[in-house]
Amino acid sequence: MSVDEKTVRRIAHLARIAVTDEEVGPLGAELNNILAFVEQLGTVDVSGVEPMTSVLPMAMKKREDAVTDGGRADAVIANAPETEDHYFLVPKVVE
Amino acid sequence: MSSPNELTLAEARDALKAKTLSARELTSAHLDAMAKARALNAYLLETPDRALAMADASDAKIAAGEARPLEGIPLGIKDLFCTEGVETTAGSKILKGFQPHYESAVSANLWRDGAVMLGKLNLDEFAMGSSNETSAFGNVVSPWRRKDSDAPLVPGGSSGGSAAAVAARLCLGATATDTGGSIRQPAAFTGTVGIKPTYGRCSRWGTVAFASSLDQAGPIARTVKDCAILLASMSGADARDTTCADLPVPDFEASVGRGVKGLTIGIPKEYRVDGMPAEIQKLWDEGAAWLKAAGATIKEISLPHTSYALPAYYIVAPAEASSNLARYDGVRYGLRVPGKDIASMYENTRAAGFGREVKRRIMIGTYVLSAGYYDAYYVRAQKIRTLIKRDFEAAYADGVDAILTPATPSSAFGIGEKANADPVEMYLNDVFTVTVNMAGLPGIAVPAGLDSQGLPLGLQLIGRPFDEETLFAAAQVIEDSAGRTQLPAAWWA
Repeated sequence: MSVDEKTVRRIAHLARIAVTDEEVGPLGAELNNILAFVEQLGTVDVSGVEPMTSVLPMAMKKREDAVTDGGRADAVIANAPETEDHYFLVPKVVE
Repeated sequence: MSSPNELTLAEARDALKAKTLSARELTSAHLDAMAKARALNAYLLETPDRALAMADASDAKIAAGEARPLEGIPLGIKDLFCTEGVETTAGSKILKGFQPHYESAVSANLWRDGAVMLGKLNLDEFAMGSSNETSAFGNVVSPWRRKDSDAPLVPGGSSGGSAAAVAARLCLGATATDTGGSIRQPAAFTGTVGIKPTYGRCSRWGTVAFASSLDQAGPIARTVKDCAILLASMSGADARDTTCADLPVPDFEASVGRGVKGLTIGIPKEYRVDGMPAEIQKLWDEGAAWLKAAGATIKEISLPHTSYALPAYYIVAPAEASSNLARYDGVRYGLRVPGKDIASMYENTRAAGFGREVKRRIMIGTYVLSAGYYDAYYVRAQKIRTLIKRDFEAAYADGVDAILTPATPSSAFGIGEKANADPVEMYLNDVFTVTVNMAGLPGIAVPAGLDSQGLPLGLQLIGRPFDEETLFAAAQVIEDSAGRTQLPAAWWA
């Protein structure tokens, strides 16, 4: 499997990373290099094998349905580029 | 008398207890050494005021007879652990200036035990790399050099700053993380000891995430005993990390002297890869001989799916990274690059904020998780992961207590030497280490000798789940047999 320029642009869009026209070619080549490397996995017989979702058997931890944190709005927005009244400000989303 | 920063962590701990050395003297010696070592670029941020304040607090505790396990011990912290009020960048432009309002579980444990913070250590960006050449803030230069050469060498990665700082005596120990080998490979490249504990031994809360099912924190230090001391403090249950095991922390320091009498050490034939340098094969054989001389039984074993671990890792890890790094969008923290609308803002921010290797891995991850490819790549890789783990389980069920392998396929290479190589060539550095992360097992790298260029080579031991104790015992045998590594004199000062 290999990726063409159109696919590279589509992936970049899914990943929300801007790519320039000059970057598309080299990026595609690098991705194809990696995809060629992982191609060998197609030869392994995986019939009847469960995908591993948890490295070690563990039960999902649960906690009491109670408020145990919060009220730290100042800390939460402290590192934000643009805020107002404890809101994060972004360019308009809805036209 | 040698400078206090030349002591091992255990020796310094004894000296502090005996009051032949104060915590302030010990920290000051380290700060002086750090100031002279900036050419190595191991530290991204030095925190001398905080360090001296912590040292003074430690001296007060020692005087009051209330010394905690790491009282007054100066450590470096990989810049992947969130430290409250202290910049945490993950080696990336996208987090430059980020000041966490909380402390990671692992570093909080160290301060709870009285340790002193010297600063934040350099790393490959978002822990993605094997040479510390992808940091947005410059390469780390290894304190090691080839015989008769000035060429700067890599310390390994991603915990390159941690390994270099420990080897150059710029801290008594350092925290690090390991997703595909990022503790063990730099430890092997720098003649230091590094352990990646079992997945779930340390809490990942407050550690910047790369691949959540593979990441694990661990220490790098100059001796096996020092690593054991550090791991005991770093480990422990944490309700905030659902993948952190609710297990008590064993007395790792006590296990160091156990020896290996009666243990069975497996030698996996599939790790004998094509083109492996003769020096490394020789070292591997020597390591087996040392363990045998100490009373272990050596047994050849087979881990048939070994060769699939690296390609499967390069599907699973980037996939998880693409998900974990989606949060860096310029909205709530970190870099923001403006755009004509919100989508452009995301795209511009991430294009400017992430380096090439990070972008590459996010893109591969996005691709293998996308509609139409998810089954062929990601699900298949997860199935192969099950097969890799089963190989280890079968070996352990068959009576093997630990597995001995080389740590790396070569000694440290030169900075820039692999600049024109394709990405996969750099990935091959991790061929011996990724299997361990894929199976969630503990793995330790311990120095075993020098190659013909005078550069360190390490051996790796892989253990049963939550049996780091056997790894410390076996690694100590190797350390005793190989002799303590003579670390390089300070050419950089």
